[in-house]
Amino acid sequence: MLLHDLAPPSPINRRQWLALAALGASANAVPAWATSAAAPADLPGEVLPARLMDRITWGCTAQGARALAGMGREAWLAAQLRGPANAPLPAQAQAQIDAMAITKTPFETLALQMEARQREARALPTEDERKAGLEAWQKDMRNLQREASQRFVLRALYSPAQLREKMTWFWMNHFSVFAGKADLRASVGDYEERAVRPHALGRFRDLLGATTRHPAMLRYLDNAQNAAGRINENYARELMELHTLGVGGGYSQQDVQELARVLTGVGISLRPLEDEPPRMKPALRSHYVRQGLFEFNPQRHDWESKTLLCAPIRAEGLAELDEALDRLARHSATARFVTRKMAVYLVGDAPPPELLDTLARTFERTDGDIAAVLAELFQSSAFQASLGQRFRDPVQYLLAGARLVHGEQQVLASTDPLLNWLQRLAEPLYGRATPDGYPLDTATWSGSGQMSTRFEAARVLGAGALAPTDAQGKRPPLPALSQTPYLQQIDATLAPATRAALVQATSPREWNLLFLSSPEFMHG
Amino acid sequence: MLRRHCLQALGAGALGLATASAQVAAAPRAGDARLLLVFLRGGYDCASLLVPTSSSFYYESRPNIAIARPGEEGGALELTSDWGLHPVLAPSLLPLYQRRELAFVPFAGTDDLSRSHFDTQDSIELGQPLSGRRDYGSGFLNRLAAELGAKRDKASPMAFTSTLPLVLRGAVDVPNTALAAAAGKAGVDERQAGLIDMMYRSTALAGPVAEGFATQAEVVRSMQGELDAASRNALSTKGFEGTARRMARLMQTRYHLGFVDVGGWDTHVGQGNATGPLANRFEELGRGLAGFADEMGATAWKNTVVVVVSEFGRTFRENGNRGTDHGHGTVFWVLGGGVAGGRIAGEQQALSATTLFQNRDHPVLNDYRAVLGGLFGRLYGLNATALARVFPGARASDLRLV
Repeated sequence: MLLHDLAPPSPINRRQWLALAALGASANAVPAWATSAAAPADLPGEVLPARLMDRITWGCTAQGARALAGMGREAWLAAQLRGPANAPLPAQAQAQIDAMAITKTPFETLALQMEARQREARALPTEDERKAGLEAWQKDMRNLQREASQRFVLRALYSPAQLREKMTWFWMNHFSVFAGKADLRASVGDYEERAVRPHALGRFRDLLGATTRHPAMLRYLDNAQNAAGRINENYARELMELHTLGVGGGYSQQDVQELARVLTGVGISLRPLEDEPPRMKPALRSHYVRQGLFEFNPQRHDWESKTLLCAPIRAEGLAELDEALDRLARHSATARFVTRKMAVYLVGDAPPPELLDTLARTFERTDGDIAAVLAELFQSSAFQASLGQRFRDPVQYLLAGARLVHGEQQVLASTDPLLNWLQRLAEPLYGRATPDGYPLDTATWSGSGQMSTRFEAARVLGAGALAPTDAQGKRPPLPALSQTPYLQQIDATLAPATRAALVQATSPREWNLLFLSSPEFMHG
Repeated sequence: MLRRHCLQALGAGALGLATASAQVAAAPRAGDARLLLVFLRGGYDCASLLVPTSSSFYYESRPNIAIARPGEEGGALELTSDWGLHPVLAPSLLPLYQRRELAFVPFAGTDDLSRSHFDTQDSIELGQPLSGRRDYGSGFLNRLAAELGAKRDKASPMAFTSTLPLVLRGAVDVPNTALAAAAGKAGVDERQAGLIDMMYRSTALAGPVAEGFATQAEVVRSMQGELDAASRNALSTKGFEGTARRMARLMQTRYHLGFVDVGGWDTHVGQGNATGPLANRFEELGRGLAGFADEMGATAWKNTVVVVVSEFGRTFRENGNRGTDHGHGTVFWVLGGGVAGGRIAGEQQALSATTLFQNRDHPVLNDYRAVLGGLFGRLYGLNATALARVFPGARASDLRLV
């Protein structure tokens, strides 16, 4: 089906897709950012495979570009749109993941263990013992978060299912949670792994539903505390404002309060998994639900009638939430809000209204099929004209730099330097304290403090400092970016000022620094 | 509504009086004036900061999280017969209030009623009329910088944040630097910086790139000073106080218009009262602001105004989880050596069940654009035409804060 969607002939010259190393073959118009701060102009030039890869993946690599050239654009895009959630990684990357605690122990077991350890530490007899116990617990909790971050970066750098990985970041940002709150450090990895990644190219309704049942979200937006008579409207508001309808989406304060009542009793249980349900009135028993740490407790639920968006909620118990989510996911405001955000992520700050109309219609027509919306987006002339023109946010900049310098095969010994740079550039994984997620616009990430920090990162990346060492402790030779197929392909699009700077480089290392600092590489 | 219009009319009249500022002996000199805007993101609970101690309704509405009356255990610090200050601020902000260098403006805020953090923060930072299309490329501090830049050269703005906030976006190129990070360590040498600068010269990012190198040099110098002053052990100052002291050193010399934001105020659950998570936030913030005043030094502090704002207040009643939900009116703080402080300023009313806005929140009686416009007018001697460019469509109300 997706193949059919992609079938209409594109304006791309197929010749472009055949020879990756073709020199100076194409678009030589001056890049839009070189002359104006405005949205990219609709360039008449041809699409460069390297720039297509830059946008759809976490950054162009020689290996990936060969795959693209071998398969042809349509087949490659179709494969990316179907990229599996468990795509195989290079052995060394997989080995790093296999050694992690979050891999070795099932999430529920791990979360309950950590909770028990905290309880035990607090119950120790002396102040010193309590302090030591809690510090050890804290350290292990931090490590669980670190592992989740490392796993994300390993997949982003090396998974062949690049588009899924890129959309996983997008949806993690859309349904953002903050690892620094409560016990979320133990659950962010599982949230990404089981609630978000499997649905990143699937149906929006499934994705939405999975986030509402994950302990990370229920804890983060306080719904685990939301109960009849003790209403907490935090999650209800963000569910409509940030996850579905958008702030102008037509809901009222009354709707927030009604949805908060729908959400009463939807929470977390930290009792042992094999425990019997808690005792309750026989009439309520059949409504009780426990799936892992997720719990719907009918005793905490508000059983009065409810009205959401001017229509009654007819279901009862946990089914009320499904009915409410159906209504929200199928609302036209949601289609517009969600697809606009996708377009901003994948096209640029101000996607043209025609594209937004098309994407919203596709979202509604396909009942929120994310891959179908993406397929439509990739075909649009606005998307093709924007390639190479989108300012990269820190995570895209750093990962693209690492992928360009080290490729897909040279697995980094540690992803920690990249995570530390992300921290310094104010876009750490699971690190947005507020539920709105990181902004996707250019202006947020192009301030002076951001730029000068990026140049420092460019120096470190360009020196090959992240490369693994061999048994003798030696690093592989410094890659000369000037000799890569990527540079050969985009060479003709370099601005005169960039060329003028690059020719003054006194070493390959400095050439790398200058190129990774160039306007051409800040955009993708 | 009627009352606010009356107040604004009064304020607009008072602005025109040249004698008004002369009556305050220690008023900042316009040419040297420094302004720091502190944005508390998350909607802090103002009823725990400036406590309506004479309102029995307050104590009825908050059985678990109220700040006790002055004199009781963990009680508020008495400011007036109606208002008290959170006790954790005794060592930091109370002395400033007693020296009349700190005023509070309760019932402050915006008419934006989305109760969304993000939407309301955006609308406040933009400072544009609520009706009409928002221009996300124009924040009110940037427009202020544009007004000041036309008059003199000492109004260099700086965002002390890791990304450039909306409030400082606009026609004036504004640098940003996150002082809390490992800032200042230069990664590229001077020649390389020159080459990078050259690559950007004809691009839209020319300003930020050039400004970034200049700022970095400035920050390195100020950090060097910090290292040299080893006896003060300033580098060990953690959290907001460390940032605040570094900001003060940069604002003392180079940057006269600053912005910083502080998060962690969205207390839906278990906020505590005299102690607890919210009290800890207040303590850290108060210590930071006192540190800022101290680091600024007496002379510069006399010409400095710090304004603390937040997007909205929180529900007047506590919720089911010993926390508070998104509300409406809030309390602004105004600090500075030349501030006409030691008082609770602006339009006020008693807090009872019947005066709550929508039966849940503090009402807004002092519009943020009116209050800040009035303050900018006095601080910088801006006339109504200039203020209308900073806050289009708003009428300044002069609370005589400086």
